[in-house]
Amino acid sequence: MKPFDYIRADGLDLAAQQLSHNGAMAIAGGTNLIDLMKLQVETPAALIDLNPLPMNQIANEGDGLRIGALASNTAIANHAKVRADYPVLAKAILAGATQQLRNKATMAGNLCQRTRCYYFTNIDQPCNKREPGSGCGAIEGIAKLHGVLGTSNQCIATYPGDMAVALYALDAQIEISGNDGAARTMPLREFHRLPGETPHIDNNLDAGDIITGVTLPAPVGGTQAYRKVRERSSYAFALCSVAAVIAMADGRFTRADLAFGALAHKPWYDHRVGEMLIGEKPSLALFDKAADLLLEDARGFGANDFKIPLARRTLAATLCEATGVEA
Amino acid sequence: MSAHLIQDEPDTRNVLDRTTQGIIGKPLSRPDGLLKVTGTATYASEYDIEGCLEGVLVTAPFAKGEVTSIDDSSVTGMPGVVAVLNDKRMTPRAIQGTAGEAPHTGLCKVDYWGQPIALVVAETFEQARDAAKHLEIEFNSEDAIFDPAACTPEPDDDPTRQGDLGKAMSDAEHSVDLKFTTESHASAAMEPHAAIAQWDGDTLTVHASLQMLNYNISELADAMKLDESKVRLVARYVGGGFGSKLGVSQDIVAASVATMQLGRPVRVVMSRQQVFQNVMRRSETSQRLRLAVDHHGKLTAFGHEALVSNLPEEDFAEPVLQSSHFLYAGKNRLLQSETARIHRMTAGSVRAPGEAVGMPVLEAAMGELAEKAGIDPVQLRLDNIPTKHPATGKPFGSHKLAECLQRGAEAFGWDGSDRTPRQRREGEWWIGTGMASAARVHNVGEAKARVTLHDDGTAKVETDMTDIGTGTYTILGQIAGEMLGLSQSDVLTELGDTRFPRGPGSGGSWGAASAGSAVFVACEALREEIAQKIGQPVDALTFKDGLVSWDDGSVILADIANGENFTKEGHFEPGDIAEDYTASGFGAFFAEVAVNRWTGETRVRRMTGAFGFGRVLNAKTARSQCLGGMVWCIGSALTESLMFDPTDGHLVNPDLAEYHVPVNRDVPDLDVLLVEERDAVASPIQAKGIGELGMCGGAGAIANAIYNACGARLYVFPMTPDKVLAAMPVD
Repeated sequence: MKPFDYIRADGLDLAAQQLSHNGAMAIAGGTNLIDLMKLQVETPAALIDLNPLPMNQIANEGDGLRIGALASNTAIANHAKVRADYPVLAKAILAGATQQLRNKATMAGNLCQRTRCYYFTNIDQPCNKREPGSGCGAIEGIAKLHGVLGTSNQCIATYPGDMAVALYALDAQIEISGNDGAARTMPLREFHRLPGETPHIDNNLDAGDIITGVTLPAPVGGTQAYRKVRERSSYAFALCSVAAVIAMADGRFTRADLAFGALAHKPWYDHRVGEMLIGEKPSLALFDKAADLLLEDARGFGANDFKIPLARRTLAATLCEATGVEA
Repeated sequence: MSAHLIQDEPDTRNVLDRTTQGIIGKPLSRPDGLLKVTGTATYASEYDIEGCLEGVLVTAPFAKGEVTSIDDSSVTGMPGVVAVLNDKRMTPRAIQGTAGEAPHTGLCKVDYWGQPIALVVAETFEQARDAAKHLEIEFNSEDAIFDPAACTPEPDDDPTRQGDLGKAMSDAEHSVDLKFTTESHASAAMEPHAAIAQWDGDTLTVHASLQMLNYNISELADAMKLDESKVRLVARYVGGGFGSKLGVSQDIVAASVATMQLGRPVRVVMSRQQVFQNVMRRSETSQRLRLAVDHHGKLTAFGHEALVSNLPEEDFAEPVLQSSHFLYAGKNRLLQSETARIHRMTAGSVRAPGEAVGMPVLEAAMGELAEKAGIDPVQLRLDNIPTKHPATGKPFGSHKLAECLQRGAEAFGWDGSDRTPRQRREGEWWIGTGMASAARVHNVGEAKARVTLHDDGTAKVETDMTDIGTGTYTILGQIAGEMLGLSQSDVLTELGDTRFPRGPGSGGSWGAASAGSAVFVACEALREEIAQKIGQPVDALTFKDGLVSWDDGSVILADIANGENFTKEGHFEPGDIAEDYTASGFGAFFAEVAVNRWTGETRVRRMTGAFGFGRVLNAKTARSQCLGGMVWCIGSALTESLMFDPTDGHLVNPDLAEYHVPVNRDVPDLDVLLVEERDAVASPIQAKGIGELGMCGGAGAIANAIYNACGARLYVFPMTPDKVLAAMPVD
C-alpha cells in the first residue's frame, strides 16, 4: 500500500474539487478499494472519504424510489418498499458477498467496483485495464471468470457485481454531480462501458464526478427474479446471473426486462431479447430462440466456454420459473 | 525421573479402561476454548514486543531463472526502511515435514513463480510493504515446464506387482478401466505463516506458527548454522496447519536472519497471497483405476496408478496409493506411482496426503464397478475386505470397516434399493445418494512428555507437542487426569515450546497417539512411585478425585506429596511393532446431494460418516475432527482447485475469494458416528489418528451421489458446475 492523504469530505462541491486532482479517489464503504490498495493495484495519492456527505437516504420520489449513493447494501435490501415493489433488487443484493460486506458496501461504491479478473489483481501480470498497453494475461491464460459478450482484444474482464444487474433490469437512472456542481442524470444502462480500446475506463464518470443517487422508476409489478449460478452457495462471484422482470397477460409476455451478470464488462442488457419475447406465449422453444439472440455474438476463451451454454440454460430456468412453463 | 516404553508388542492391558476417574473419552470442552473465542489466545505474530521491526518478503515475478541483482538503493531512502536482506541462509521453499534440515541454496536461484527473493525490513508494516513493492531487481528467466503431462515422469522405486492384472482384467466378468484427475489443493489455514524472531546475542527465540517443533528446531538451527541449544521455538497456539506448517517456512528463517543481522526483534507475516503462492500445495494427480470382479462379486484385479508432481530436488511425492495397498483384497495387483518434475510451487503435505485424493478416486471407481456388476455398493465393499494386508500379509491391529459400513448405512437410511440414476427430482433439483469407504494409515512417533504432580494435588503436563486446533490441550489433560485421578480443571497442560520434552508434533494424525502415549508413560511411572510410597502394588490402587484408595485404606494425593513435587518424564517409542502388524483407521461415508438440472450446481444435502480409529480420547474433539474432515470432503469434491497459468506458471487464485473452500451454507448437518474400538497395536493408549481419516474418501461418496442424482459420471475433481453440466445427460 502506497502512503496516501486521507481527507474527509466537507460538502459536495469541495469534495468534487478535491477529486479533480490527479490521483485522488473517492472512498465510501471501501470493501473493494482497500483490498486493491493493499495489493498495490490502486495507488491513490489521496482518498476523499464521502461518508460525511448526507447521501444515504432512501425515499420516495414521484412514483419511484430514490436511493442515496451512500445507502448501504443492507439498508437497500431491507427497505420495505424495495422488498415490496422491487424484489429483484433485494434478491440481487442478498445474493452478493456476505452480511458483513453488505453492511459496509454502498450503492455507488458497488456500481463502481472493479473486476475480479485474476490478472487485474496481480501487479506482476500484464493487464491493459490496470496498466494500459501492458497486454492481457487472461486471453491466453485462465479465463474462467471472464466475459463471453462484448469483449475486445484488449480485455475480457467482467463486471463482477449482482446489484447492478437488477438495476439494469429495472431501468434505473443514475444521478451524478459534476465537478462544476451541475447535476446530470443518465440511464444506468449507459453508465458502465465495454472495454474496447480503453479497458482502463470502467464507466462514464469524469474526473471530479460524484454519484449522488440512483432512481428507480415507478413500480412495474410482475414477477421478479434474480438467479445467480455459482460454485459455492455464498461468497462467490457469479458464473452467470439473470435478473428478470416479467409480466404476462392472456398467457403472453407483456414485459420481459432481462439483464445478465458475469458475461461481460458491464451488466448485459440486450433490448432485442425482451422485445422478441413480448406478445409471445412462453415455451422452451421460445426461450431457446431468445438465447440464440442473446448469445449470437458470444465467444469463449477456453476456461469460460461453459458460460455460453450456461447462460442459455440459466435464461431458460429463470423464464420457466417466472412463467410456470414446465420443463 | 524418566520412564521409557518401547512398544514392540500389542498392548492389550487397556489400562485406560480400568482407571476410574471417568473423564477419558468424555466430550469435555477445551480448556483453551474461552481464550480462543475471546481473541485472547496469542498467535505467533500477536506478541507485543518492544522495538519490533517489520519484514515483508519480496517475491519473484517469474518461475525459473536467477536473480542477478537487487538494487537496495531503490528502497533504502524510503521512509522507515531499515534494510534489504538477501542472505544465503534464507530459504526459498517451505521445508518438507520431518526434514529436520534446511536447504542451503539461498534465494537467487528461482524455481517457482512467487518464490521469496528478498526481505525488506522497516519500522512499520506499511512502510515495509510499500518498499517491498518498489524494490528493483534484475533477473534472467528461463523457460520452464508447468504441465505435469508435458514431461517424462520419474518412476517410483517400489511398485507392487502381484499376479497378472492384464489377464485378470480380460478374464473378468465385470471390470472398469478409468482415468481420473484431481486438482491441486491448498491448506488454507486461517492463521497465515508468521514469525517474530529475537536474537539476544546468544540465543535465537522465535514465536512461529508451526506444527512440529522438534523437527523445526533442527531445520532452523541448520539454516542459521546455530547449535540447537541456542534456538528456542514457541508455538503455543496455531491457527490451523493442515500440513502447511510441518516444516519451517520462509518467513521464519527470514525473520531469524534479520534479527541476527539488525540486533532488533523482527516480525514477518506472510500475506494471504504469499501463503498460497509459497507454502505447500497438494499435488494435482492423474490416476488410472483398473478393477475387476468375478461372478461372486470378489475383486480379482486391483490396479491403481498415479502421476503426481513436484519441484526438482523435492523428495516428497503425494502418496496417492497409500491405503489402496490394503483396503481391498484381490489377487492380481498393480500399484505404481510416477512423479513429474515441474515448476509449480513445492508440493507437500496437505491434510491426509495421499488418501485425500487417492481414496475418492478409488471409491468413485468402486461405485462404477458396483453398478456394472449389479451389486449394491455397500455390499461390494463388504465382500472385499481382506483379512490381512494383501501385499505384506501382516494382520491388522483392528479393523472396523465392515462395522462402519453397516452402522453408517443404517444411520443414513441406505436400504440397498435400486441404484438407477435420475429417479428422484424435487423441483429443478435431481436428488441422489452415494457412499464410499474411508481409510487412512495410522502413524505414531517417538515422543516425550513431562508430568509433574504438585504438592497441592494438581498436575502439570509439559511437552513441545502443538495444538493446531485439534484439541491437544484437552486430550493430554484428560489422559493425565484419568491416570492420576484428577478432574480436568486440576491438570494444566503447557504445549508448544522447545524447552519442554520433545515429540513428533502434529502431523500425519500422529499427535494424539504419540504425545498421548508419552503422557501415559509418565503417569504410569508416577502411579508406580505413589504405589511404592504407599507400600501397595499399583494394581491394587484406585486413583479418583484426588484420592488414592485400596482395599482397606486411602490417602489424599496431595498428602502423599508431602511438600514435594513428583516429576516424571515419559518417553514413548513405537518400537518395531509395525514390522508385524498393519494399523489403519477405517470408516464409511454416505452422502445425499442435489444437482440443479439447469445449471449443474451441486449442493450436499446431508452426509453421514462412521469412523473407527481406536480409543476415542474425547468424543467432542474427535467428532470435531471428523466434521472438519467431512467439510474438506465437500470442498475437494465440489470446489477446491488451485489454478496455474499455463504460460508463466503463476498461481492464478491465491486468496480465499477465488480458492473456494466450503462456506457455512455449503455444509449441511453432518452426522458422525464414532465406532469405538481398541487397537492394541496402535499405541499403549489403544488410540489411532483421527485428524485426517474424516476426509479420506468422502469426496468419492459425493461423486457417486452426483451420478446417482443426475446421471453425470465425472472423472475430474472438483466437480464444479461447468464440469457437471458438460457430463449431464440432456433432458
